[in-house]
Amino acid sequence: MSEFIEQIRYVCALGSYHSVLAIERAVPILHAGGGCGQKLARTLGLSNGCQGSGYTGGHSIPCSNIGEKEVVFGGENKLREVVGNALKVMDADLFVILTACTSDIIGDDALEIARRFQKDGYPLVAVETGGFKGTNFFGHELVLDALIEQYLKPAGHTEPGLVNVWSVVPYQDPFWMGTYNEIEKLLSLLGLTPNIIFGPGPKRGIAALRKAPAAQFNLLISPWVGLSNVKRLEDKFGTPYLHYPSLPIGPSETGRFLRAVAEYAGIEAKRADKVIKNLEAQYFYFIDRASDSLLETRLMPRRFLTVADSFYALGLARFLIEDMGLLPETQYITDGAPPKYQQALADEFKNFAGGIKAEVKFLSDGGEIHEDIRRKSFRARPLLLGSAWDRVLAQEINAYQLSVSTPVSNRMVLDRSYVGYSGALRLVEDIYTLVLEDYQ
Amino acid sequence: MAFKIDLENPEVAIRETRLGSITGYNGNIGEIAACAEGAGGCALKNRERQFSQMSACSSGCAHTYLTRIADAAIVNHAPVGCIADTTVNNAEYKWGRKARGLGRANIRLINTNMTENDTVFGAAEKLKRAIREAYRRFNPKAIFVTTSCVSGIIGEDILSIIQAARAEIPVPVAPVFCEGFKSQIWASGFDAVFHAILTNIVKPPQKKSNKMNMINFTGSARKKVQEMLERFGVEPVFMVPFSTIEQLEKASEALATISICGTLSGYFGHALEKQYGVPYVKSIQPHGIAGTDAWLRAIGSLLGKEKIAEDYIREEHAKIADELAALRQSLKGTRAVVGMGPNYAHNYIRLLEEFSIEVVWGASWHYDPIYDNGKIPPAVQHLAESGKEELPFSVVDQQVYEIVNLLNRLKPDLYIGRHPGMTVWATKLGIPAIMVNDEFSAYGYQGFLDFGQRILDIMTNRNFIRQLSEHTRMPYTDWWMEQDAFRFLRETGRE
Repeated sequence: MSEFIEQIRYVCALGSYHSVLAIERAVPILHAGGGCGQKLARTLGLSNGCQGSGYTGGHSIPCSNIGEKEVVFGGENKLREVVGNALKVMDADLFVILTACTSDIIGDDALEIARRFQKDGYPLVAVETGGFKGTNFFGHELVLDALIEQYLKPAGHTEPGLVNVWSVVPYQDPFWMGTYNEIEKLLSLLGLTPNIIFGPGPKRGIAALRKAPAAQFNLLISPWVGLSNVKRLEDKFGTPYLHYPSLPIGPSETGRFLRAVAEYAGIEAKRADKVIKNLEAQYFYFIDRASDSLLETRLMPRRFLTVADSFYALGLARFLIEDMGLLPETQYITDGAPPKYQQALADEFKNFAGGIKAEVKFLSDGGEIHEDIRRKSFRARPLLLGSAWDRVLAQEINAYQLSVSTPVSNRMVLDRSYVGYSGALRLVEDIYTLVLEDYQ
Repeated sequence: MAFKIDLENPEVAIRETRLGSITGYNGNIGEIAACAEGAGGCALKNRERQFSQMSACSSGCAHTYLTRIADAAIVNHAPVGCIADTTVNNAEYKWGRKARGLGRANIRLINTNMTENDTVFGAAEKLKRAIREAYRRFNPKAIFVTTSCVSGIIGEDILSIIQAARAEIPVPVAPVFCEGFKSQIWASGFDAVFHAILTNIVKPPQKKSNKMNMINFTGSARKKVQEMLERFGVEPVFMVPFSTIEQLEKASEALATISICGTLSGYFGHALEKQYGVPYVKSIQPHGIAGTDAWLRAIGSLLGKEKIAEDYIREEHAKIADELAALRQSLKGTRAVVGMGPNYAHNYIRLLEEFSIEVVWGASWHYDPIYDNGKIPPAVQHLAESGKEELPFSVVDQQVYEIVNLLNRLKPDLYIGRHPGMTVWATKLGIPAIMVNDEFSAYGYQGFLDFGQRILDIMTNRNFIRQLSEHTRMPYTDWWMEQDAFRFLRETGRE
């Protein structure tokens, strides 16, 4: 982790209240200063693909708005009152109290307050997410842990084929909705029943959450975020898990992904092969047709830099190297991945098809990253996959820039995803549209 | 009349103590206008809430304001989440540069990334290194050090650290005390910035200039303001965003301070007047006809150029007469609710009525019963004097549940807001809503007409509003929608 942060690319642990917002009819209750929630919504919401208030986000989120009085005398009474009234005012089925720096330092016991409400039968959990404790990736794990520990009950049975899917962090990844949808489609093609808690719809949300303990296995598609959660689910409910580190983007990785899942789930290899063959045919129809332009437009980038969280740094690198034939410059991983995960993650970048390797740097300080990139020289215009912060640098180094990682403030993202076969097509469209628009 | 400003203290007093400002109230314009004597007279009692939704904080306002200074850097001493507002600041900064024909650039801000260890042991050395690093990276003309809840609660000795930094950094290093928990009035963050500028940047005047300090946010109406002031032979310097440290240093040499928002500029304007004799134009703001008339007359009178003001007003009134008559005809009978910051709320209530729109309720996010000269906000006085004493008025601190409840009961034809995150809820109730994002939305005579057209447009094609309201659900229980909107305002005084 960098000592300082210039150009914020993730937020603090409290930002994980967005993971609660991503569960339909769940409402976060912040035990925080009045500005915490608003600030966090700016980076993870408005500035990240235009993800606005939705059902109960933005300024609708209950918050104790801690002031001087609470700092001096404690804020437990205030929290109890706000929670009690939130239960009356907000139309929701699950409430999650999240504490902040202030409440954690003054030592308010939100967990005890939650226990009292739980005893009275209210669907409510609490989690200590003081911002100084870590990033919102870490906070996301804390929120899921709190739900597992305080909300989930053993199912008493296992539903064959039911797979809990844990992957990108909602809102932090502006493409999260499209991505969960795409993974759902892919797993369904294998004959599995994906169980996804994030996003709208009758099968998602609290219904999916309550069903989670009955799953045949947990599928974690993530370099490191969520690993502690699937381990906890294994400890608590005995559910095994498959950890697939790379976000599957494009035919090479998505094919590997589908085969790995099929094998783990005990699905016949033939079935996976058939699914893959069909999807590849559709994918390559378009790539074939686009190849004239891809090969003969004079300004196409050959090399790429990534400044992104580990999900996208790895997933994009695999696709661009293994399917699109690009060469990697340094890959900057900005999500503050804890040191214990860094080696395994770096190893993933030494192992691309064709023996290609990429240099990886773990840095969260955009200023430091930009200085590092400025020292490089490029023979031709590179592709810079990063965030809205990197548009300035892209102009300096004459790169093609596409925002894919927080903050994506220069794009509107609705159901777009870069995952799978169709996601890879979207990415090709976005990158090469950028080149063509720049050209004319 | 008590003067509220103390430039000897490194930290500005919060608005609650300086001005008796409040965040919870329900009453009417007459009542708030009568309570202008501050603590000595009939102080408005703040009412706390038994239920609340997330609001905003001083540090957000401080960052909004500081990040766009053309050649300064900011060091924020806080955990990383405290700069989560700066992605929006950066977008605004890039947009502002583009509008001025400047190249693309990012804001210059470093956060000290405070961790759990730092909350136990303090992080003074880290802050010192961050200040040095900010100087190295950005080569700024000044460095502003903003504080946070964490740095405040653990008692970090910011002043000593800054004192030490000043010994090695050859540009001003200014503390900006904007801990979120200290004030419920987020506009205190603006005061903290202005206090830092007044005590660290502004220099005593060498000579009198021909310029006016124009206090604003975006400067989107730069040309219009320039044209208006040209008639008087003076020119504006737009502050604080996009001004330079050198321009701020010379704020004391200006002919006067003028402003688009009294809530924003009050502290700076009154302080410059007290400290350096720079007159602060205290008329109602130039939104709408009465506002623009009064503003021009105040400027004319200050400069001894009353005739220029009168001629200009006459010309402009004649120019807009026909269009205004047509707009009034179309908008007559429209019932509106206003929810904005104070001052903007009061100015917009007035200007909407100038379109023959009936404002049925006004709300502001906080309320300052007095300004720093100890006097009632002019826009409130104007409303009270023009027969609006009975107009219901509440102070709601961006509490969506109160506004939604109120709108659902009043069912107005129009909601006019400012500050992000409120318009969407009115729209979901099927009410056409406008967010006055740009502070110059109804500036001057032409801007006023443009704003009227914008209202007419949003009310003419309601299909998006209908679609959104028909296909979304409100996150409130039926129980809540049947309660009084201000049920959770507790009857207590300030403690």
